[in-house]
Amino acid sequence: MTAATALLLDVRDLSVTFTRRDRRDVRAVDGVSFDVRQGETVGLVGESGSGKSVTALAVMGLLPDRGVLVDGQVHFDDDDLLTLPRDRMRDIRGRDIAMVFQDPMSSLNPVVPIGVQVTEVLVRHRDMHGEAAREEAAELLRRVGIPDPVRRLKDYPHQLSGGMRQRALISMALACRPRLLIADEPTTALDVTIQAQILELLKELVSDSGTALVLITHDLGVVAGLCDTVHVMYSGRVVESAPRRELFADPRHPYTGGLLGSVPRLDSPRGEPLRPIPGSPTDTLPWAEACAFAPRCAHRIGACTGQPPPLEVTGDRSLRCVNPLAEGEASPNPAVAPPASVPPALEEEPT
Amino acid sequence: MSLAEIEAETESKRVGEETGGSLGREAWKRLRRDPVAIIGFVLIAFFVLVALFAPLLAPYAPDAQPGAGTITPTNIPGPSAEHWFGLDELGRDEFSRVVYGARQSLLVGVVSLILGMSLGLLMGFLAGAFGGKVDTVVMRLVDVMLAIPGLLLAIAIAAVMGPSLLSVMIAIAAINVPIFARLLRGQMLAQREADYVLAAQSLGVRRRSIMLGHVLPNSVSPVIVQGTLTLATAIIEAAALSFLGLGSADPGVPEWGRMLASTQRYLASAPHLAFFPGTAIVIAALGFTLLGERLREALDPKYRR
Repeated sequence: MTAATALLLDVRDLSVTFTRRDRRDVRAVDGVSFDVRQGETVGLVGESGSGKSVTALAVMGLLPDRGVLVDGQVHFDDDDLLTLPRDRMRDIRGRDIAMVFQDPMSSLNPVVPIGVQVTEVLVRHRDMHGEAAREEAAELLRRVGIPDPVRRLKDYPHQLSGGMRQRALISMALACRPRLLIADEPTTALDVTIQAQILELLKELVSDSGTALVLITHDLGVVAGLCDTVHVMYSGRVVESAPRRELFADPRHPYTGGLLGSVPRLDSPRGEPLRPIPGSPTDTLPWAEACAFAPRCAHRIGACTGQPPPLEVTGDRSLRCVNPLAEGEASPNPAVAPPASVPPALEEEPT
Repeated sequence: MSLAEIEAETESKRVGEETGGSLGREAWKRLRRDPVAIIGFVLIAFFVLVALFAPLLAPYAPDAQPGAGTITPTNIPGPSAEHWFGLDELGRDEFSRVVYGARQSLLVGVVSLILGMSLGLLMGFLAGAFGGKVDTVVMRLVDVMLAIPGLLLAIAIAAVMGPSLLSVMIAIAAINVPIFARLLRGQMLAQREADYVLAAQSLGVRRRSIMLGHVLPNSVSPVIVQGTLTLATAIIEAAALSFLGLGSADPGVPEWGRMLASTQRYLASAPHLAFFPGTAIVIAALGFTLLGERLREALDPKYRR
């Protein structure tokens, strides 16, 4: 993707804090910035709890009103979505920006036929009614590969398989040819074989219609197949951003390296242990005082704690780490070559 | 043939084998196979048919006194070929009165259910759909209604309005308003957090459409169950109120509760006068209870699929 295409979505310093009475505030997203160009596919990668989904919900304006503080800017067209009146935002949702969620079973209304749910979007945004809306709904279902769509319109969600439900949801999201589609772990709840088909479908639809895609996932295999640019998130911040190829060939942040190294491989010798990142995503330090990843980082040095690591931008990459992996230190492609021996976990290396 | 098409084909075959449709249709299918529910159906059908065709079934008018003059407190004839359920203390045909009593019970039950349910559901919908201040106000109102014991409230209403069928209906409706209001509100609050609501919001669907088209349809199954069970309790409550003398002002109107009350003094000499109206109350209430309980299971999403 070239820099020549116009900017579509520009997220600047987005922060989301959940406040609860008698509890400490939880900062789920902590100054996230990234942008999406027209037709581009951007990956947001990270473990559970890294703030990926909350970022998406904040962009969509779907976080609850109470108990949530959202800060920063989300520019789309000439608007800041975060300050847009509720009505305007509702018009944009589904028409210009749409979203596909993780669990296709619970994201469809169980007591309403599929057809009614698909036509609802058409009625809402495209002012279509009656027979015209029904025909268009069938056409939308056909386009996402649902066989016999006219008959399917009368079906209820539980009569469709998981893959078919996700297809139906994708058809609803794309019904108004939005310019931006946010897919939040769209394949996590599906069988592996179906996953590949859904990703293929997304890729096809997105490139056909020129829709930009923000793909949220923890699955680097998904990223490898689809994304132009990848942002790796940890504990609410983007720790590394890079074009896909460069990120896979040369991960610089130890967390990115750890994620790539932890992908199990079919060609590894039998009995070889998996390489998880030690610790859990809850072992974090506050970003204000340190690198949140430091407690789990094998590359940790003294400078990692005491002050927040600055964001360094070089070319089209950016990195938030004071002691990054050297070029080629992480295995260039974990699916082909084994990574170099992993240093013992949580041991401080001499500087 | 692409992978997607192959998958699509196998799936359509698999799905084709599945039966089912809407929630209602599936529940109906399950109920038809459930012997207890069928017993409930039969009892209800029997009760409703008797109520509808009372003039055809009853050999006498409810206030006719075919046995007038032959009755003494110690000599109240029991069941015979001529009077199937015997005569009552005023020489009226007990069978005719029990049959006509079904009309009163059904009328009171249905009307009070409709009254109480509509007001309760309206309140519950407002509280559940708007939340916030509306919710607080509506629910405090409901709390006040719930604070007064149901029968006491009914007696108070019937006493203020004077004994009549209408006041019985309003009293029973008043008991049921808070029950339905709380039920629907709770369901809607739970459903509002559902993923499909978020998904609908992500498509820009308006709040009114989400509430009416998504949240409400997902919240009604327990209301249907509660409605069925409420018919049972309404019949019993109607009997209780008329037993206490708060029913219709016209003593000629046959009400099962009042028939039980007026027969107390003759219980030793004419036990059939307590047995038949009592059994009638049990049959009617039992039918709705059995069906309601089974309906609850049939509509439970946990049993679906």
